[in-house]
Parts: sequence; C-alpha cells; structure tokens
Amino acid sequence: MAESRGDRMVAVTIYVLLSFIALLVIYPLFFVMIASISSPEMVMRGEVWLWPKELSFVGYERLFANSELMRGYLNTLLYTVVGTAINLVMTIAAAYPLSRQDFRGRNFFTFMIVFTMFFSGGMIPTYLLIRDLGMLNTFWVMVIPSALSVWNILIMRTFFQNSIPKEVQEAAFIDGASNTKLILRIVLPLSIPVLAVMVLFYAVGHWNSYFSALLYLSDRDRYPLQLFMREILIQGQMQEMVEISDDSLARSLMDAEAIKYAAVIVTNLPMLLLYPFLQKYFIKGVMVGAVKG
Amino acid sequence: MEPRAVLKNKAPGQDIQTKTSFKKELRQWTKNWELYVIFLPVIAYFIIFHYLPMYGVQIAFKDFIANQGITGSPWVGFKHFERFFDSYYFTRIMENTIVIGLYELAAGFPIPIILALMIHEVRSSKFRRFVQTVTYMPHFLSTVVMVGLVVMFLSPVSGLVNSMIVAFGGERISFMTEPGWFKSIFVWSGVWQTMGWSSIIYLAALAGIDPQLHEAAKVDGAGRLKRIWHVNLPGIAPTMMILLILNIGSVLGIGFEKVFLMQNPLNMEASDVIATNVYRSGILGAQYSFSAAVGLFNSIINFILLVTVNRIARKAGSSSLW
Repeated sequence: MAESRGDRMVAVTIYVLLSFIALLVIYPLFFVMIASISSPEMVMRGEVWLWPKELSFVGYERLFANSELMRGYLNTLLYTVVGTAINLVMTIAAAYPLSRQDFRGRNFFTFMIVFTMFFSGGMIPTYLLIRDLGMLNTFWVMVIPSALSVWNILIMRTFFQNSIPKEVQEAAFIDGASNTKLILRIVLPLSIPVLAVMVLFYAVGHWNSYFSALLYLSDRDRYPLQLFMREILIQGQMQEMVEISDDSLARSLMDAEAIKYAAVIVTNLPMLLLYPFLQKYFIKGVMVGAVKG
Repeated sequence: MEPRAVLKNKAPGQDIQTKTSFKKELRQWTKNWELYVIFLPVIAYFIIFHYLPMYGVQIAFKDFIANQGITGSPWVGFKHFERFFDSYYFTRIMENTIVIGLYELAAGFPIPIILALMIHEVRSSKFRRFVQTVTYMPHFLSTVVMVGLVVMFLSPVSGLVNSMIVAFGGERISFMTEPGWFKSIFVWSGVWQTMGWSSIIYLAALAGIDPQLHEAAKVDGAGRLKRIWHVNLPGIAPTMMILLILNIGSVLGIGFEKVFLMQNPLNMEASDVIATNVYRSGILGAQYSFSAAVGLFNSIINFILLVTVNRIARKAGSSSLW
C-alpha cells in the first residue's frame, strides 16, 4: 500500500524532530570533548564549535599532576569492584529463594523487602545507625549499606522465574542434587545475561555515587572521585592546580575551564569507552524489569 | 500418606495440591533448609539497614540526647513537628518542594512517552539505533558531572549558552544565581538526562502491540497519526498508568542529590526543599530530632500519596501497583 501524502508528512516531521533531539543531546557532550583538547584561549574566545583548535592538553596535565585526584580514582575503583561483588552475591541470595514457589514464607519476605521501597526511616535515623555501628569513615560504609537494591532483586527474581525451566531444576533434584549444587551448577550458568546486567547496573551506581560519601566520609584519603569532581566542577576549588605563578587572572581562569572539561572526560572515561558495547545489556535489563511492571 | 502426593512434593516449584499433614508441612520447610541459610544475610541486611532506621525514627518524637541513645531519650510528643510547621522556612520549603515536584511530573512524564512513540515510527533501523544510542547516553553521567555540565554551560563568563545569547544580541544572564531560573534549569536538565532512558520501557510496551491491530486499522483507512493515537497509545496505557502512579508517589521525594549540588546561597529561596533542609539542620547542624521529624513528615506524605493514587487507579479499573 502506497503511503498517503499525510503519512509521509508525519514521517518527515518525526525524522526532523528526532534528529533535532539527538543533536540537542549529543552536542553538549561533543563540545566538552573537543573543548578539553583545544587551547583554553580559543575555547574562551568562542572559536571552538565543530572541531578542536590548537590542540592542547593543559587541562589533562594539570589534572593528572594532582595526586589527591588519582587517589580518588583509585578509591572509586576499589569501591566499585568490591561493592559490585557484594551486590552480586547478595542479590542472588535474595532473588533465587524468592523465585522458588516452594520457598515457604516467600510472600512475607517479598512484602518485607518491597515495603522498604516505599517507606524508609530517612536520612537522620540511618545516619545515626551508621554512626552507632562505628562505620563512619570506614571503607565498608561505601559498600555495605548499599549492598542490595530492591529493584534489582525484583528484576533478577523475574528472570529466575521466567527463564530457567522448572523441569531442569526438578530433574536435578531427582538426580539427588542439593539446593546449593543446583544454584552453582545449573541456575547461575543459565543466568549469565541477567548477571551481566546486574554487574553493569550496580557498577555504574557505585562509580557515580557521591551521596553516601558526602554523608559518611570526612577523611579525604577515602574520598571517591565524585567528591573531588564536585570540588572542581561545582565549587571551583582548584587553587593547587592553577599555578599561582600564572601572571594574569584571565590566564588562570582559562586554565580552570580547561581543567573542568578534562575532568568531565576523565570521570566518564570508563563509561564512554564501554557504553557502545554494553548498551544492549543495559536495555535488556530494563526490559526484564518491564515484564514485571 | 498417598505416594502420588509425596512424589509431587519432591519436585521444586510446584504448589502442593493436597492438604498436608503437620509432618509434611514441616518437611516443606526443612527440605529447603539451604535456601533459608542463603537467605539469612538478606534478612539481616534489611532488618539492620532498613528496619532499624524505621525503629530509630522515634527520635522525631523525642529529644535526642547522645549519651542516652535512641531508646533512653525522653519523649516530647509533636514538639518538633510543631516547630517545623511554625518555622519561618516552612512555607518556602513546602512551596519549593511541591512546585518542583509538579513541574518535574508535568515535563518528565509525557516527554519520554512522546519520544518512544516517535522512535517507534522510525523504519530505518540505523537511524533508530542512532537516536536510541544518543538519547540513552546522558543517563550514565553522574549527578556531579551532570550538574557540573549545567554550571559550565550556563556560566555567565565562559558558558556556551551565554556566548550564544550575546551573539544574538542579548544580555548575559547569571542563571545559577538567579532564583527565578532555578526550577526550570533543574527540571529541564533532568529531562535532558533521563528522557531517553525512561522511553525504553515504553518502547518495550510498544513492541508488544499486536501488529494485526495496525493492519486492521490500515484496512479501515487510518493514517499514521490516527494509528498512533488509537492503537499505540491505548496499547501502552497500562505501562503509562503504572509509571504515573510511581511518579506521583514521588512528587515530594525530590532527589536530594541534584538539588543539593545545584544549590547556592543566592538561589536558596527557590532551591531549598525538604531534603536539603533535613541535611542542613540534621547532619550539619546536629539537630537530629528536629530533622528526623521533618524527614518523617516527608516520608509519610509520600507514602499516603502513593497509596491514594494507587487506590484511585484500582477503583477506576485501570492497572495499579497492587
């Protein structure tokens, strides 16, 4: 059936609108990228629009010369790796029993878990608890209180319920396998896709989080990258990095901008590199969650 | 005990259909003992990190004294709530919280739906992939970087936006310190960051619509717009309803993280919300009881909103959370 004129108009409008939206989203990110490798002077004068001008890496140089920042990068890496490992084990431990119809008490436990999604004690009682547990300013405060996400438990439970055939599990039981063996040998190997999704969701969460660090950490040696980024990007604290010997105020102002552009790129580097490869997994995760609604 | 039922009980994942004796009931619990062992840390986690704070929320009705602990401190009833309601900041905080929440709902709810409906109409899979890849990307920026970008682009001295305004003959605007701009910047930067990601769930729903409906509509002479309106939109209505309930339930639960980062002394009158107030008076000012009361007030209102909206949805016969 040939498309009518009206339909073609609609299609063209949609293409134009979507192109505009895509441009609106990508241009700021693209600009930061080219600005980070251009001479700060050219950026300041507004000459950088479509491609970098007078290649310069001054922002990156200043950034990497800052040892505190590298410390933050390392901290974040540690929090992300250890935190994600804990998340994964705990989420499996929560989701698998809940996925089994013959797990007595599952309705009660599910309610107990989901209720925390809609009601919480709030910031202050949680803070006092963490303080009383002696977890302030420790490594563990960054990984234990965030050990489980209710939403991710639900995604994984749905996957276990819908994608692992019951017959396989029953057969394993008849062959005399224990529950532990069943999980390790059969369920987990069949769940690689959802495990990948979980790793990604949790890892991105740890990488990007700043709030628990802001609340619970006061020791700069333990600060994650995001807190240093907050100082650089939002509070504009970078006296150490902008050299005092720089003769004019304008000069140091420009360097400060260059450092900011470089900081954005450096912070998001792992995501920017991995994103194209991981995109389909992320989307799968959202879809699995959507099944439950 | 009939043998058939025993065999049945051995298989996991099946409900017992016959009425069981006490012994059998006990066996149901004990045969999966390993599952309970595995589940134990999960229960411990939720009790410690979620239910203990709920127990600790009682300090909202007490005068918290550090060396007497939560249970030992004396009860004072609604003193802290009354202080909050009477305080000079109460109107300002509530107004900001409600206005930002509703503004966010009005912009953040429909835009992902429109985006998904448009993406769904794209025939070229290359273009479609391109639009999706691009619009999902900002979702992965951290709040800190997101706010950092906003500050950079809107900077009155070196920001791109102001350069453009000047290029078109306008006056530089100091966006971040002008209270009047705060709410729009907050909401629209949020839309920029999340519209793509939020559209995924609608795209999934759209993919599940029976193509025969479209064929039938075509035969009846419906054009594209008509089919979007009469086939696609009703097709994703249940998903829309669920997300609307969730969104309304969190209207007053404005993310602390972003507001806090965008806040500065100059835009405070437009940016102070419940959560940032709790942080300031509680964590920074150490008025634990008072700020716990403010936080509890917020949680209760959120909870009531969610339950009410869900009830209305259920009464109206549309899909609901429970």
